[in-house]
Amino acid sequence: MESIIEVKNLTKKYESLTAVDSISFSISKGEIFGFLGPNAAGKTTTINMLIGMAKITDGKIFYKNNDITNKIKKFQGCIGVVPDESNLYEELTGFENLCFCASLYGIKRSKREAKAKQFLEIFQLSDAADKRFKSYSKGMKRKLTIAASLVHDPEILFLDEPTTGIDVASSRQIRSLIKNLNEDGMTVFLTTHYIEEAERLCERIAFINKGRIIKIGKVQNFIEDISQSNIIEVLFESTPIDKNVLLEKLKQSFPELECSFKNENTIKLISTSKIDVSPVVSFLSSNGIYILEAKLIRPTLEDAFVKLTGIELDVMKKEKEKK
Amino acid sequence: MKSAIAFWNILLKDMKNYYLKPPNISWGIIFPFAWMLMFFFRSGKAFQIEEIFAGIVAMSILFGTTSMLAVTITFERRGRSFDRLLLAPISTGLLVFSKISGAVIFGIINSFIPILISVLYFKSPVANWYLLFIGIILLSIVSTLLGLSIAVSAKEVFEAQTFSNFFRFPMIFLCGLFIPLASMPVYIRPISYILPVTYGVDILKYSISKANYLFVWLDIIVLIIFCVGLFYFSIFNIRKKWIV
Repeated sequence: MESIIEVKNLTKKYESLTAVDSISFSISKGEIFGFLGPNAAGKTTTINMLIGMAKITDGKIFYKNNDITNKIKKFQGCIGVVPDESNLYEELTGFENLCFCASLYGIKRSKREAKAKQFLEIFQLSDAADKRFKSYSKGMKRKLTIAASLVHDPEILFLDEPTTGIDVASSRQIRSLIKNLNEDGMTVFLTTHYIEEAERLCERIAFINKGRIIKIGKVQNFIEDISQSNIIEVLFESTPIDKNVLLEKLKQSFPELECSFKNENTIKLISTSKIDVSPVVSFLSSNGIYILEAKLIRPTLEDAFVKLTGIELDVMKKEKEKK
Repeated sequence: MKSAIAFWNILLKDMKNYYLKPPNISWGIIFPFAWMLMFFFRSGKAFQIEEIFAGIVAMSILFGTTSMLAVTITFERRGRSFDRLLLAPISTGLLVFSKISGAVIFGIINSFIPILISVLYFKSPVANWYLLFIGIILLSIVSTLLGLSIAVSAKEVFEAQTFSNFFRFPMIFLCGLFIPLASMPVYIRPISYILPVTYGVDILKYSISKANYLFVWLDIIVLIIFCVGLFYFSIFNIRKKWIV
């Protein structure tokens, strides 16, 4: 498929810190490309370089095979940007905000007013059109921010953590809107730390950690790669036994298994060959563990992420919530 | 055409959102009144409007423009709405021009409050109206750009206000407004000469009562140089500090 954006060896350094370390990827026209990673992985810095909000230390950016590295300003008319925090004018109404954003792209009054009404309708915000932005709920603010980034009909939409910090219903609505936009031909670059969101929306994904892309590919390929492993989760009752000691014993008794704690009460066993669960269950029982359930797990993108980055998702979500 | 639409709408939004808000309009009216009253009480019956006319006009412009722009831009930066402007396909030069235009108009309108009071109520004569307008416009632009320079350096609104006062108050005493340049100690004068407001005040003094100290044409040239220099300095600073 035709590449709309291509990035080659993109690097961003802040004095001694390398925030983005020579990353390369391309985005095809009409796809939803996901950028996944923990806090401070380099997701927002990468977006900022692509949209012209951060200077590029090294590397090249191509838009439709044209080098735009040093002329991103000219490319800004073709993109819509939704930052991780809503950035519209608190004192303006929803309608005024959309009209103002459209005017920044040189759209004439009659056209921008029609566009504003159209997008308020699409995003189900018509009833709040004349209310000030500051009176909007978080979900409404997010939707209007997305609408504001679309009023000039961009070719590519950059979404930085679009559903972080908003309610479930609004998140679902936003995901559905992103899907609809993509079905209408919009190319979407999405950063998120919600793996399930990326799994549902994206065709291709890049895992980024500490400024480097660890793996890039189709969502299905990630899952197929990890499907070659067998995963069993063993759920047990709370126990005072030291988990590190237990884990060590497990590793010694079953060296062919990759053992880890998924959470307080669940042990995760991974092996490339079939796992016979009965010796494991017997071993745990003999160590005073009361087992509630042992089940074979179908690998998910989350498993692929954890395997590739070594970062547990709970840790990543907690980090984000702290932020 | 597209740039003109963007420029006009940024200007309109700023006027509506900030400059035409009742507190700012009332501040624009009360401020010159307060200064006039202060001089009135200080001088008693011997109050001479010609002596303070230029000073009040200059201070109305200086305080109006620097504080408004420094505060509004810092406010927009903090709320991240300024990023919308940086992401728009308009040049940084046009963006700076659009943002300062509102404050310049606000400064010019502010300056007319003391002018109207002095001319209509106190029947104060004006020696040269054209030069008065030129002085007001140049002083408004240069003060606004000083406000923008402050805004680029401040992260919080209170920081912008503190920085503004840090520059404004010494400027008032060193620009020849209250202490004529000729009466200033020789070692202080070089500081006065590097302040753009000094030249603005000199034009205003000449245009009102011809009681200036420097050459008017020199004042105009120096102020134009300051305007151009500060304009490009602001563009450079925005690119350097806000697109990191």
